[in-house]
Amino acid sequence: MQHTLIALVENKPGVLNRVASLFRRRNFNIESLNVGQTEDPNISRMTIVVDNEMVEARKVEANLYKLINVIDVQDVTHQPAVTRDLALIKVKASPEERAEVSNLASIFRAKIVDVAADSVIVEITGTEDKIESLLELLKPLGVMEMVRTGQVAMMRGNGLGVRHTPGANGHNRM
Amino acid sequence: MIKAGAEILWECMVREGVDVVFGYPGGANMPIYDAMLSYPVHHVLVRHEQGAAHMADGYARASGKVGVAMATSGPGATNLVTGIATAMLDSSPIVCITGQVHAHLIGGDAFQETDVTGITLPITKHNYLVTRADEIAEVVREAFYIARSGRPGPVLIDICKNAQIEKAEFAYPEKVSLPGYRPPAHAPQAALQKAAEMIAQAERPVILAGHGVKISGAAADVRQFAEKTQAPVASTLLGLGSLPASHPLNLGMMGMHGEAFCNIAIQNADLLLAFGMRFDDRVTGNLRNYAPRARKIHIEIDPSEINKNVSVDVSLAGDLKTVLADLNPLVGERQHAAWLAEIGEWQAESQERDIQSWPDDGKLYVPHVVRDIWQATSGDAILTTDVGQHQMWAAQYYPVELPYRFITSGGSGTMGFGVPSAIGAWFAHPGREVWTIVGDGGFQMTQAELSTAVQEGANIKIAIMNNNFLGMVRQWQEFFFERRYSAVEMRTPDFVKIAEAHGIPARRVDQPDQVAAAIEFARQTPGPALVEFMVEKEEAVYPMVPTGADLDEMIRRPLRQAALPAD
Repeated sequence: MQHTLIALVENKPGVLNRVASLFRRRNFNIESLNVGQTEDPNISRMTIVVDNEMVEARKVEANLYKLINVIDVQDVTHQPAVTRDLALIKVKASPEERAEVSNLASIFRAKIVDVAADSVIVEITGTEDKIESLLELLKPLGVMEMVRTGQVAMMRGNGLGVRHTPGANGHNRM
Repeated sequence: MIKAGAEILWECMVREGVDVVFGYPGGANMPIYDAMLSYPVHHVLVRHEQGAAHMADGYARASGKVGVAMATSGPGATNLVTGIATAMLDSSPIVCITGQVHAHLIGGDAFQETDVTGITLPITKHNYLVTRADEIAEVVREAFYIARSGRPGPVLIDICKNAQIEKAEFAYPEKVSLPGYRPPAHAPQAALQKAAEMIAQAERPVILAGHGVKISGAAADVRQFAEKTQAPVASTLLGLGSLPASHPLNLGMMGMHGEAFCNIAIQNADLLLAFGMRFDDRVTGNLRNYAPRARKIHIEIDPSEINKNVSVDVSLAGDLKTVLADLNPLVGERQHAAWLAEIGEWQAESQERDIQSWPDDGKLYVPHVVRDIWQATSGDAILTTDVGQHQMWAAQYYPVELPYRFITSGGSGTMGFGVPSAIGAWFAHPGREVWTIVGDGGFQMTQAELSTAVQEGANIKIAIMNNNFLGMVRQWQEFFFERRYSAVEMRTPDFVKIAEAHGIPARRVDQPDQVAAAIEFARQTPGPALVEFMVEKEEAVYPMVPTGADLDEMIRRPLRQAALPAD
C-alpha cells in the first residue's frame, strides 16, 4: 500500500539534493515528492509518497533522520489526515465537445481554467483516486498534456500534528 | 575580533583540540596554509591526498579523536574520495577541509573547480560549502561535533578561496544548534524489560560485538555484561579488542573468515545480542538461514541499521554504553556451562585444523609470520593492515587485548590503507610500537607515503607479505573459477631497494628461521623499518564462508594436511 510521509527540513540550499541523493543511493523508488514553504521561513516541508511493497516506509523514515538537515519525519498513513493532489489536464475538445468536458468537470468539482479553439485545460484538486477517476473519463476525448503536483498532506485537528519539538521524534519507536 | 576566514578556521580547529593535520597545499587553499604558520599545529605533508585521508582515519581510530585531512580544490579534493568513503563505511570521525574556487566563479568550470560537495554527498555524514568568511566558525564547530558524536563519520568542509581571504567578526560559538540532529541515547524501558526477559530465558546466548563497542567506550561494560550473563562474545572484524582476546568468554572473529567454532556457535545460538554492529553480509552469510533458532536483540545508535539486514525481536536504539548501563540492573547472573562446554568442543576441533598445529615444512606462511610479530610485540603493538589475505590472517593471528589496537579497513575494504593509517596511528601514539602488515599489491597503492614516514620520522614497522599474487582474488579464482588465474600475478619491484632508496633500513626474509631476527631488526631500528617476507604463493585463508552460503557452511582447511605427523 501507499505510505505518506511528512518531512520537515531546514530551508537551506542543497537540502532537496540530499534527500533525492539518499533515495537514489538506497534504491528507494518513490511515487511522488512535493516540496514547499511552511509557516516558518526557516523550514520547508516535504510530502513523500512511497509504495510500501517496493520500499518499506519505515526504512525511508529511518534514513531520512540520518540527514542532518531533516528535522522531523512522520508517517501519517494511518493517522487522520487531509491529503490533496492538484492536476492540470489539457483535453482535446472541439467547440461541440466543450459541454461534455464541462459537465464531467462540474461533477468532479473541477474547473475549466483555459479554453482554446480545440482544447480546454481542466484544473482538479482532490485525492489521487478522484483525479484518476476524472482522468479515465477524459481519456476517450484525448488527453494532450497533464501535470500533477504530487500529494500534499496535513494532519486533522490539533492533536498529533507534525512535531517541531526536538526529541519528540520517533527514534525509539522502532 | 576581526579575522580573515583562514585564521577563523585555525582558531576554531585549535579550540577543537587539533594539533596535527595531514594534507597537501594547492592554489585554492593557499590562504589556509599561510595562516597555519601562526598556529600551534603540525602539518604532515603527504604524497597523495588519499594518504592524507587514511592518515586522518588511522589517527582517529587510534586516538578516538577527530582526524583532519586537507586538500586543495579539484584533483586534490577528488583524491580524498577513497579515504572519505573508507571512513564512512567504518564510522570513523574525520574532518576534511578542501579549498574551493572563488564563490563568484562557482559553476563556471573555473581552473581546478570540481563540485566536491556534490561528489562527497553520499560518502560523508554531512558536508558544507562555505562561500563567506562569517560562516566558517559555526560550520567548523558543527562539523567536528557531527563527526565525533552519534554514529561518527567523515564531514567535509569546502571553503571558497574568497571566504578564506575575506575578514569577518570572529566569535567562537559555544553551542551548536542542529535541530535535526539528535542521536538517540536511552532505549525505552519497555524494550529493556523485554530484552531482560529474553536474556533470563536464554540457554545458548552469544554476544556479537561490533565497532560500536569501541566507539561508545563500552568495552568494560560489555565485559561485565558477558561475565554476569556468562554469554560468550563473538567479534566483527572491527569489533576485535572489544573483549580481551585471552578472556575465556572470547570466541574471536565471526563471519566469512571467522573462527569456525564461532560461526557454528552463532548458528546454534538461541539468543543473539548484537552490540553496536550492523549485520554486514560478511558476517551473516546467507541471511535466510542466519542463526535460525535465535531470538535477536539489537543495540545500535543508528536506527536505520535496525531491521535493515536481519529482523530482530527487540530493538534498543541508543548509545551502547548508556543502554547497557540501563539494561544491567534488569539482568540477573546466569550460568551456561553446558553451552560453553559444547562451544569448547567445537573450538578444540578448530584448533586441530589450525595451521599453527602444522609441522614446520620449511615454507614461510603468513599466519606464522603474523604470530611471530605478535609474540615479539607481546600482542601490544598498534597493528594496521591493508586489505586482502594478509588482513584476514592478521585478524586471526594477532589477537588483541584492548580496543584500538587493531586498525583495518572493514566495510570499504580499501587497498592502500595500511601504510598511511599506520603513520596516522603513530601520530596518535608516538610512544607506542606501531606495525603495519600489508600485501605486495596494496602496499604499492600508497607506497609513496614511505617518503612521508621518513620526512616525519614516523616510527612505523612495515611487514610486506609478498606472494607475487593478488592473493585474495587468486584464492577466489582457485575456489570459484576453477583455478583460472586472471590478472592476479604481480611482478613486484625490489622492495628492499625501494625502502633503502627512501633511507629506510630493510631486509628480505624467505626462510622461517630468519623471521624472528628480522622482526627484531625492525623493532631495534629507530624510525621506520621494512621487512619483506617472501611467503608461500598459493596459500588460502581458512575457514571461508562462500558468498551466499550459510554461516556454518565453511570451506575448512583440509584435516588431512593438518594431521601430518611431525618429524
